[in-house]
Amino acid sequence: MTDALLELRGLRVSFRTEQGVVQAVDGLDLTLQAGEVLGVVGESGSGKSVSMLALLGLIDDPNVEIEGEALFRGRDLLKMGERELRGLRGRQVSMIFQDPMTSLNPVYSVGWQIAEQIRTHEQVPKRVAQRRAVELLESVGIPDAGRRVGDYPHQFSGGMRQRVMIAMALSCSPELLIADEPTTALDVTIQAQILELLDSLRVDVGAAVILITHDIGVVAGLADRVMVMYAGRAVERATTLDLFDRPQHPYTWGLMGSVPRLDGDKPKRLAAIPGQPPSLISLPPGCSFAPRCPHRFEACDLTRPALEARAGEGHLDACLLPADARAAAHATQLAAARGEA
Amino acid sequence: MTPLLEVIDVSKHFHIGRGLFGGGDVVHAVDGVSFEVQEGETLGLVGESGCGKSTLGRCIVRLHEPTGGSIRFDGEDITQVKGKQLRALRRDVQIVFQDPYASLNPRRRLGHIVGMPMQVHGMGSSSEIRERVAALLRLVGLSPEHINRYPHEFSGGQRQRIGVARALAVNPRLVVCDEPVSALDVSIQAQVINLLDDLQDDLGLTYVFIAHDLAVVRHVSDRIAVMYLGKLVEVAPAEQLYRAPVHPYTEALLSAVPVPDPRAPRDRIVLTGDVPSPVSPPSGCRFHPRCRYATEICGREEPPLIAHADGRVAACHHPLNVPAAAASN
Repeated sequence: MTDALLELRGLRVSFRTEQGVVQAVDGLDLTLQAGEVLGVVGESGSGKSVSMLALLGLIDDPNVEIEGEALFRGRDLLKMGERELRGLRGRQVSMIFQDPMTSLNPVYSVGWQIAEQIRTHEQVPKRVAQRRAVELLESVGIPDAGRRVGDYPHQFSGGMRQRVMIAMALSCSPELLIADEPTTALDVTIQAQILELLDSLRVDVGAAVILITHDIGVVAGLADRVMVMYAGRAVERATTLDLFDRPQHPYTWGLMGSVPRLDGDKPKRLAAIPGQPPSLISLPPGCSFAPRCPHRFEACDLTRPALEARAGEGHLDACLLPADARAAAHATQLAAARGEA
Repeated sequence: MTPLLEVIDVSKHFHIGRGLFGGGDVVHAVDGVSFEVQEGETLGLVGESGCGKSTLGRCIVRLHEPTGGSIRFDGEDITQVKGKQLRALRRDVQIVFQDPYASLNPRRRLGHIVGMPMQVHGMGSSSEIRERVAALLRLVGLSPEHINRYPHEFSGGQRQRIGVARALAVNPRLVVCDEPVSALDVSIQAQVINLLDDLQDDLGLTYVFIAHDLAVVRHVSDRIAVMYLGKLVEVAPAEQLYRAPVHPYTEALLSAVPVPDPRAPRDRIVLTGDVPSPVSPPSGCRFHPRCRYATEICGREEPPLIAHADGRVAACHHPLNVPAAAASN
């Protein structure tokens, strides 16, 4: 356990704005082992993307303030200079973004862009890098890669562009791959192709993956562990099986209940979560989910619940409900969803 | 009983890259689509991007002129109506758009946005309209005190509620919902779906619900129509479509949806390749280059829509989940 690949300790990210300080990430702790796939689930504004951008030094905003520690193989990413970070990004840690069109350079061929990345990190002749680019494109399933390596991003479809992005991210065999909503912009059949690809690549390359998504269905099929985020904080963290079998936090219940599903019987109504996420400028002093939570009691407004193992080892949640009350609360919520209340 | 909406062999082609002297290509966005919608029913229209579902929705509300075919509303042909008649149609048929940011005028107050349709149709004095706006806002779960606010002061989910209130302002009978929840977060999405559900029960609305998310469509629809590259490939009652899809494309589409259950078997049917260009669609069945059941006939002959048991209709030479006798048809 000592040689965790990535360890976040009390990561806080805030932005100074005219309206006040936006607390985008509010104390995030996390340990990721080598080769592990962690799913990070949350809605817009939950801080799931911004926390990952922060640890890679990719937030280019003079009004940002980042605190805490982010240890990658024991070295603190947040204390690294730009030069050092640049040597690490793309080589040991890679990132795939949601929109493959805006993350590729439109005026260079995809082969050129992949080869450039290889040559930035490794001393190899151009011809070798170019050949590696073709192999990489083949490995992510681009047909006729030898010819297409000279094509420009606009000549590829959305799914193919995302494959190019993945090829580029894997070009230096990274130890950690951060995928930020990699399939959100794609159609379902194309999404299935990309998820299949990510799954097979993680076996082949052996990289640890942080998969950021708003879709708990995507996480269920791919991740070893899941972290659920709400308003800049982690509210629950567990192994994927444990999270789906015994979800502990009322927000996780709400998230699962509000998604219409294809399997099983159709519920009469979706268990929508009332209200909206709180403003990140003035977070409530207690639990940030309290204003929308149907099981709130006095303590929730006053005490901020810590992320602790309350439901067995390795299953962490941030909810003040006592264990017995919690089971009952979840049961009523499920009954309501079936239309019994 | 006459269906409220009949879409008969409707096509919509767009010309692209055409110069002063003609030339250029034709995009076959919608090609010979027919279906009906009964009063009080919800018809889900699903397909991937570029399949023509939104174009078809816009043809129904007459935001696009169909290139061919006809559309009948309440028994009357509305394909060619103009002027006064078109305006009368707009009272009966309304649309809710996908993007709650782009579909509201940022420089108008809420009261003006929701009241505008009533003004246009001369539905009462300004004080009556104001009263009805307040009632509409309450109906969609917003506070009437917000009547003087601008769109930017609302969240995405609230804006979509404003879009719904505006569509309902003129008491329409048919509402075309074009991806009404796909821009929203899941917890907010559920709120808007429940709202649309309640409004249908209370007001007896008929919906054409366009979406790419099959789980959402299953939840809201009575019947579902699946489109691929401008063609209708299958229409069936919602539960039948999910339990026993007839068309291989429907089968693949359903299996591609990620299931929020880590123990669910992963027997995804992964379609190879991308959707072909609608400028030069494949011959025969448009799905055949990606279909795992395709045979020689599929590339040669276009399969007609054939009725199968349980109200299912599909266009396929090798239908799934039907008795063998019907399959040889």
